[in-house]
Amino acid sequence: MRALTWHGRHDVRVDTVDDPEILNPRDAIIKVTSTAICGSDLHLYDGYIPTMQAGDILGHEFMGEVVETGPGSTLKKGQRVVVPFTIACGSCYHCGKHQYSACDNGNPADNQDIGQELYGQPMSGLFGYSHLTGGYAGGQAEYVRVPFSDVGPIVVPDGLSDDEVLFLSDILPTGWQAAENADIEPGDTVAVWGCGPVGLFAVQSAFLMGAARVIAIDHFPRRLELARKFGAETINFEESKTYEALMEMTGGIGPDAVIDAVGLEAHGFFVDNVVDQIKKSLFLGTDRTHSIRQAIVACRKGGRVSMPAVYGGIVDKFPLGAFMEKGLTLKTGQTSVQHYMPALLNAIVEGKIDTTFLISHRMALEDAPKGYKMFHDNQNDVTKIVLKPDFAVAAD
Amino acid sequence: MTMVTDDAPATTAKTAEGREAGLAVHDDKHGDQLIGRTVTINRPRAELFAYWRDFANLPRFMDNVERIDTLSSKRTHWVVKAPGGKTVEWDATIIEERDGEYIAWASEVGADVPNSGSIEFKDAGDRGTIVTATIVYDPPAGVIGKVIAKLFQREPAIQARRDLRRFKQLMETGEVATAAWTRKQLEEEKG
Ligand SMILES: NC(=O)c1ccc[n+]([C@@H]2O[C@H](COP(=O)([O-])OP(=O)(O)OC[C@H]3O[C@@H](n4cnc5c(N)ncnc54)[C@H](O)[C@@H]3O)[C@@H](O)[C@H]2O)c1
Ligand SMILES: [Zn+2]
Ligand SMILES: [Zn+2]
Repeated sequence: MRALTWHGRHDVRVDTVDDPEILNPRDAIIKVTSTAICGSDLHLYDGYIPTMQAGDILGHEFMGEVVETGPGSTLKKGQRVVVPFTIACGSCYHCGKHQYSACDNGNPADNQDIGQELYGQPMSGLFGYSHLTGGYAGGQAEYVRVPFSDVGPIVVPDGLSDDEVLFLSDILPTGWQAAENADIEPGDTVAVWGCGPVGLFAVQSAFLMGAARVIAIDHFPRRLELARKFGAETINFEESKTYEALMEMTGGIGPDAVIDAVGLEAHGFFVDNVVDQIKKSLFLGTDRTHSIRQAIVACRKGGRVSMPAVYGGIVDKFPLGAFMEKGLTLKTGQTSVQHYMPALLNAIVEGKIDTTFLISHRMALEDAPKGYKMFHDNQNDVTKIVLKPDFAVAAD
Repeated sequence: MTMVTDDAPATTAKTAEGREAGLAVHDDKHGDQLIGRTVTINRPRAELFAYWRDFANLPRFMDNVERIDTLSSKRTHWVVKAPGGKTVEWDATIIEERDGEYIAWASEVGADVPNSGSIEFKDAGDRGTIVTATIVYDPPAGVIGKVIAKLFQREPAIQARRDLRRFKQLMETGEVATAAWTRKQLEEEKG
């Protein structure tokens, strides 16, 4: 089959690799019909995530048709399914509590060593996201082996297009969980850093959960425009001072809840950011963290901090004093996708959540390397790229 | 002699005294290296005990054990992978057993790699069962030293941790998780 493989920093290629096979009873093989490039994939592309190996197949946002099932799978050939990016067993203690991203068994035993050393306890497996999270082959491919297919994939009702449901695999549940983690109370003002897919879904979710106002922060006018369409007020951090603007826009109080949907590649020429970049190039630290610092400082006293954004390592200059003195609460984590999928599928069917607005480009899987470069170089115009294995390759 | 003043397991001791105190409770000791690992498995105690008590099952999750034959109700024959496609073998006897709770075994006289181990199962309410594996062994020098290095892959503690994780996966999910996507890769992984 054809698959998008990682070979190093800014080097991804479409290669021919072996087709996947059923290896465990609960496996299914999915023929991919749509798969997206995620902001998280750019962290891999930029070489920020350790434990990548040449030839790793990327992609964790995908859906398709069931073409083969193991004896323990509950799926049927021909069904259309969306696959959650978290690989969870459904039978461990954490899965029992619906903390699917903390599944004990989704990550192969040997790979769990890395997570155990780095984080104290290993997390679940993820598709196409380094060997830290299992080393599983991802979904930017023609076919994928999906473990625990009896608990992960959700069957899509007829009449819904791929574009409408694809984002159930990651970013829609991630935006929703981000808003849920902000413990929004009716009448709240919520500030969201980052108007990428996660931030934009967090904006929609925050309003559905009763926020009176949402203030969205980014520097790409096109992305800010999308946030405004959903009713958010905006701050362009290149035109205005973010902290000062937030204080003035909230009557000097600060937002009740803040959401960091930027992550470890925060842009901008801020002093602390530049220090982080220098350290990164000297291998002294990996995580650039401007957005979470700013969010904590801007948040009102006693407020809530939600951090869907991905951080991998150790950071310094974390404003622990502000966090403690103001009595803030922080909630974070990889999304427990399986927990949110059924309700969010319903919300899509009922027209409560708009998903297709996000897609700016559709391309052939063969064009994926071009897609990565475009997404990396032009985030203003590129909001989401969906790859289709059966699309015709674009002429140059 | 320094006293041990805390309740932490001896396998986590920083001091020689603490480690010795841990070894002292293993009366049939087969070496001076003690490792132990605990894992919680979301299955009933009796079921886990029964699976482990049938030693022929163990190679399904112990990566370096090729085969265990049952010789009698108390005796087993172990065939363990060694470098260069070779194997080392020994007989072992169950030296203590409490139904549903505890099994201890030890290699018999003349084993290339003297070793002993035990496994304990304790109820953990709605979390299932707490399983603690303990291994005592004598790391030999020379050729056999290399065998033991391979036997326990780098570090015995890491190997025990990995084997226990696989035991948990098998018991909780019915399968051992793998990131391979072809049969060939899976076989290479198993070595
Ligand atoms: N928790 C999870 O399970 C999960 C799942 C998916 C994605 N993520 C993470 O969520 C984050 C966002 O994902 P995405 O796909 O929306 O990414 P994205 O890269 O498309 O969007 C990030 C946005 O943040 C903006 N930004 C950069 N620096 C900023 C700053 N200092 N202040 C305000 N905005 C700034 C960028 O301009 C960009 O529009 C990433 O870190 C990603 O890894 C987490
Ligand atoms: Zn994603
Ligand atoms: Zn689980």
